Amino acid sequence: MLLIACPWCGPRDETEFVNGGEAHIDRPTPAESVSDADWAAYLFFHDNPRGWLAERWVHAFGCRQWFNVERDTVTHEIRRVWRLGEPRA
Amino acid sequence: MSGAYSALQLVRNALTGHRGWPKAWRSPQPRPAYDVVIIGGGGHGLATAYYLARNHGVRNVAVLEKGWIGGGNTGRNTTIVRSDYYYPESAAFFDRSVTLYEGLSQDLNFNVMFSQRGMLTIGHSRGEMDFRRKLVNGMRLNGIDLEMVDEAQARAMCPLLNPSPSARYPILGGMVQRRAGTVRHDAVVWGYARAADRLGVDIIQNCAVTGVRRDPVSGAVTGVETTRGLIGAGKVGLAVAGHSSVVAAMAGFRLPLRSYALQAFVSEPLKPVLDMVVSSSVLNIYVSQSDKGGLVLGGNLDPYASYAQRGNPPTMEAVLSGLIEMIPAFSRVRLLRQWAGIVDYAHDSSPVLGLSPVANFFLNCGWGGGGFKAIPAGGETFAHTVATGQPHPLIKAFSLDRFRDQALVDEAAAAGIEH
Repeated sequence: MLLIACPWCGPRDETEFVNGGEAHIDRPTPAESVSDADWAAYLFFHDNPRGWLAERWVHAFGCRQWFNVERDTVTHEIRRVWRLGEPRA
Repeated sequence: MSGAYSALQLVRNALTGHRGWPKAWRSPQPRPAYDVVIIGGGGHGLATAYYLARNHGVRNVAVLEKGWIGGGNTGRNTTIVRSDYYYPESAAFFDRSVTLYEGLSQDLNFNVMFSQRGMLTIGHSRGEMDFRRKLVNGMRLNGIDLEMVDEAQARAMCPLLNPSPSARYPILGGMVQRRAGTVRHDAVVWGYARAADRLGVDIIQNCAVTGVRRDPVSGAVTGVETTRGLIGAGKVGLAVAGHSSVVAAMAGFRLPLRSYALQAFVSEPLKPVLDMVVSSSVLNIYVSQSDKGGLVLGGNLDPYASYAQRGNPPTMEAVLSGLIEMIPAFSRVRLLRQWAGIVDYAHDSSPVLGLSPVANFFLNCGWGGGGFKAIPAGGETFAHTVATGQPHPLIKAFSLDRFRDQALVDEAAAAGIEH
C-alpha cells in the first residue's frame, strides 16, 4: 500500500488516488502540422523505466486535484511530490 | 529419435529406480557468436528457437536467460489457454495458438497436459448478456468455437456459482469456449527447451543481457553484451515480456508499452470442486482448479507502473472479493501463495510483434497478461519473422508501425477485457 502525500490534503492511502501515467508530456503544436510519428510519440511512446519515473496522480476520492509524483517503479518509494505547473527539477 | 520419452522408457526407468533419466537439455558455455540470439528463456523465446531450428533450419541459435528458464512470467501465469478474441486479426492468431497447443505434446514428445476443460465467462446483467451475444456472434463469424449459455446451463456447468437471487451481481448466463482450458506451464518451457536443445540450440541460463551492440555505420545489431561476455549475433530476437522497454532502451529505441504487476494466487489443495475455468469481467476474477487441487486465480492488474514482482494489497483484496462474490463457497478457503509477474501493455492491449527500428532486431513483446496462451503461435510466427526478415502474415496487424498509422487492434475496447 502506497502512502501518497497529496499537496493539498497530506498523506493518504493509495486507494484514494488514480494514476495518470507519465508526467510532463507536452502536446505537440500546431496540431495541423504535427507528423504522424510525432503524434504517436506523444500518445503512445512514453518512458517506461525500471527505476525513477515522474508520473501524474489525481486525488480522485479526495480533493480531485492533479499533481506530480516521482516514484521508483521497483521499490515504489516516493521521493518527491509537486504541483502541476511547478518545474520538474 | 533416440532418447525419446515413451511408455517403455517409463517402465524401464521405474524398474531401475528412476536413476537412468538423462538431462533434458545441455548447459553449454556461450560461443563467441551465433546466427540468431534470442533474449529471454521463457515460453516465447524457447518456442521461437525450436521453430527456427525445426521449420527454418536455423540451428546456430542461442537463447539467453538471465535467471532460469521459465522463471519469469511463464512460471507465474494462471495457465489458461483460450482464443475468445473479437477482432479477426486477434482471433486468427490466438486460435492458431490453441490449435498448436492441441498437438503440442505429440509435437514435442513432452506431455504439456493440455486439459480442454472449457471456459465460462459469466454475464451479470441484460446489458452484459447482449454485449456477450454480440461478441460470440463476431467470434463465430471468425470461426472460433464460442457459444452462449443461459442461466440454467451455466449453473449446470458450474453448480458453485453464486445462487442468491439477491446477489449484488446476479448471474444470468454467459459465454463458453469448450476448446479452452489449462496447460501445465512448466511443461511447456521444459518441452520446448528439450526439443530445441535436441535440434542444436544452445540454452544459456544465468546470462543477463546488459547491452546491445550496433554497427556504428549501418546501425544494425551485431551482438549483445552479457554478464557472461560479449556474444555476437547476426540477428537478435527480443522475448523478455515485462522488461521489453528496458532491453529496447539498450538498443536505442522506445516501445509503446507500460509495465505493470499482475498478481496470481493459489489456494490450499481441495478435492475436485471446479472442472472448468470460470471468469467474470464485471467482478474481475478468473479461477480454475489445478490437478494438485489448488484453486488458481487472478484478476486485474495493479493500477500503476511497476517492475516489482510482488503485487499490492488493495488489488489483492479486490481480486479475492470478486472470487467470493462469484463463488461464495470459497470464502473459507485459505490461500497458500501469492505472487506477481511484470506484464507490458500497449494502449490497445494487443501485442507488439515483428520488425523494430533497428535492423536485424526483432520484437516479440506487449503480451500483457495474455502471453502464455500465445506461446506456440508466438514462437512459430516469430521464428518466421526472424528467419525471413519479414513479419509472418498472422502478425502483420500487430506491428510497431500501427501506433504511427493509428491502426490499433483495440481488444481492450472490443472485448472489454484487459488482455
